[in-house]
Amino acid sequence: MSFPGSPEGAATTGLDSSPFEGRPEVLDALPPLTEQARAEAREIMARYPQPRSALLPMLHLVQSYQGFVSPQGLTFCAEELGLTTAEVAAVATFYTMYKRRPTGRHLVSVCTNTLCAVLGGQRIFDALKADLGVGHDETAADGSVTLEHAECLAACDYAPVVTVDYEFYDQQDVDGARELVAALRRGEKPLPSRGAPLTDFQGVSRQLAGFSQHADEAAARAAVDHPGEYGPTLAGLRLAADRGESAPPMPRSEPAPAPDRGEPRETVRPTGRTGETPGREAADARVAAADTPAEKAGAAESHPDTGTEYGRGRPQKQPRGGTDTPAGTEPGTSGQAPGDGKA
Amino acid sequence: MPLTPVLTTRWGADKSWRLSTYESMEGYAALRTALSMAPDELVTLVKDSGLRGRGGAGFPTGMKWSFIPQPKPGEEPTGPAALPKYLVVNADEGEPGTCKDVPLMMVDPHALIEGVIISAYAIRSKFAVIYVRGEAVHAHRRLVAAVEEAYAAGYLGSDILGSGYDLELVVHAGAGAYICGEETALLDSLEGYRGQPRLKPPFPAVAGLYGAPTVINNVESLASVPFIVRGGADWFKEFGPEKSPGPKIYSLSGRIVRPGQYEAPMGTTLRELIEMAGGIRPGHELKFWTPGGSSTPYFTAEHLDVPLDFDSVAAAGSMLGTTALMIFDETDSIVEATLRFSEFYAHESCGKCTPCREGTFWYVRVLKRFVAGEGTAEDLDTLVDISDNMLGRTFCALGDGATSCVTSSIQLFKDDYLALLPPEEKARVGRFLPIEPVGVAS
Repeated sequence: MSFPGSPEGAATTGLDSSPFEGRPEVLDALPPLTEQARAEAREIMARYPQPRSALLPMLHLVQSYQGFVSPQGLTFCAEELGLTTAEVAAVATFYTMYKRRPTGRHLVSVCTNTLCAVLGGQRIFDALKADLGVGHDETAADGSVTLEHAECLAACDYAPVVTVDYEFYDQQDVDGARELVAALRRGEKPLPSRGAPLTDFQGVSRQLAGFSQHADEAAARAAVDHPGEYGPTLAGLRLAADRGESAPPMPRSEPAPAPDRGEPRETVRPTGRTGETPGREAADARVAAADTPAEKAGAAESHPDTGTEYGRGRPQKQPRGGTDTPAGTEPGTSGQAPGDGKA
Repeated sequence: MPLTPVLTTRWGADKSWRLSTYESMEGYAALRTALSMAPDELVTLVKDSGLRGRGGAGFPTGMKWSFIPQPKPGEEPTGPAALPKYLVVNADEGEPGTCKDVPLMMVDPHALIEGVIISAYAIRSKFAVIYVRGEAVHAHRRLVAAVEEAYAAGYLGSDILGSGYDLELVVHAGAGAYICGEETALLDSLEGYRGQPRLKPPFPAVAGLYGAPTVINNVESLASVPFIVRGGADWFKEFGPEKSPGPKIYSLSGRIVRPGQYEAPMGTTLRELIEMAGGIRPGHELKFWTPGGSSTPYFTAEHLDVPLDFDSVAAAGSMLGTTALMIFDETDSIVEATLRFSEFYAHESCGKCTPCREGTFWYVRVLKRFVAGEGTAEDLDTLVDISDNMLGRTFCALGDGATSCVTSSIQLFKDDYLALLPPEEKARVGRFLPIEPVGVAS
């Protein structure tokens, strides 16, 4: 019997001490982290009350350009955030999704945790290792696929599961998973059971950084609306319909603390605390009563989150759409046609 | 008990994740009601409903909200009350067996978003974050799209529905670390650090994100809030026991005919749920199961009639956790199951506390020996000893959770371990350490 994890004799803990890719011939050939990447990094930083919160999305952004977290990527994040590269590397090495060596075009993850394993996940992982000639966290020689065993993927009701670029291929067996990976190596993109049509690892990394990985709005919409097989998700709901079972009905009207019963829902009710000013003004006054004393007192002034310097309401908000074309990913990776999403 | 779809009612609708579908099924009606109420009324309502956190610990949600220091009327606020308030959604689902939040976000993201807006309003927060597990890209994709729709429709942003209330909501992707489901580790991660738990106190309600008062709630908890606003506290209490009420999504997986999500009142039993799921696969029988994920002590066929609510499961010696019911039959090895869970904890231990980092490492070593038929007479004692050195001795509950499967498997299935020993070791087996949880420092 074989078990997932590092080779016998090596540590099996999550504290992986493997180094970042350092070979000059690999690093010199990487696509650059462009000025556009810097602009995007700053856009991420502006989403948060404190810029350092952007570090995880920025590392996803680095992977969307280069396929892994390179030494340049560490430097890039450090420069933008005013950190040392050691501080950035300390974060990057903590999280499983940040890869320290170049990945293949697709990342294939096989769940080998208990439930998937007993239902066949371990056999699937062993078969794929043999087919690809690689082990955990290694890339096939042709650069098509990186293979890994995953800890629980939160889809136990669909076990055993395999994901490609984190899109779900549910209730897999050995033959199905081998054919899936063979198709990926031929350059095909079999449709997942749940999730959007495949793009690639870099495209998905771009999404996780908070940017569209699609060339246009229609393609993005199609990815969101792509139909899937949701059998286990809907099992209870369908059974309830078959059996005619339902939840107790809600009382007809508004909930208990509702002295304003009968008023239109849209009306903002004066609370008494703020006098009898009707409608919008009452709400303004109420919200103000709750929050602005903080600023009056000056107590919030010294706090990093002083209001509207971040988020969508920030003054320097940039127009959306200018960054929708993924840089560093090849055109046409969002293969689906507009409007083909059917639920 | 019957099935009682509440949270799952919209899940089968055509494009259930789209705003138009959501609005056609009472979506955002609760938000309009909530914005007509004072924030404190909402806190009281959720307290009265008895809603307990669905992320595993079962802490009363309304009480958590009420811990946020708020300015007192007519006084200049000082200390934490003067700071901004934050709402952080723990959507970092990833414990083995647990699979309810990811499907909820995939098929009904607006239910979460509506719950977030109402809850943020109740605690007077103007900035909220959904920290969603990085691997859940499809749920992330639909959440991002739903947040876009909600902004465009005026449910998010400034002056929401003309109420004067402002809220910014960011969807933040994690990067693969189970520990970030622990709320203080999640905060560290969200601040751009390694996801390592903080020592408590101070609790996040006083010093959370950026050191400011913060509520961290689970996805299912927040998605329940709009229903409480619409139906009222008394209606919510019609489901299940008084001290642990509400509809609950039970996630059944493993050796049953129809695995999946079954929503029923709190206090439904496994016997009832297995019947709903079509029974154990034909020709086999239940051997062991988890009531709430891999961090909860195993149950057996003896526990088929334990009501699955927070208090009843605790009284029976386990924990309700996330109602992640992993079902195993007589063909499954309890020792191998425990090994694989232990490998999970060894991989996911953040390394901050020595007992957890070392203990999970040695669990794997010792359990591998058993599975390989190379165990020794002392190994069960060693496992018990490791457990004693972990339980209650770590910053967070990951270390405690890691001991559950080991300790309970030895309690329930000691003979299965002994059967794996080589004959000469079996002959040497003598006394065992008593297996009692040591006092948990709190």
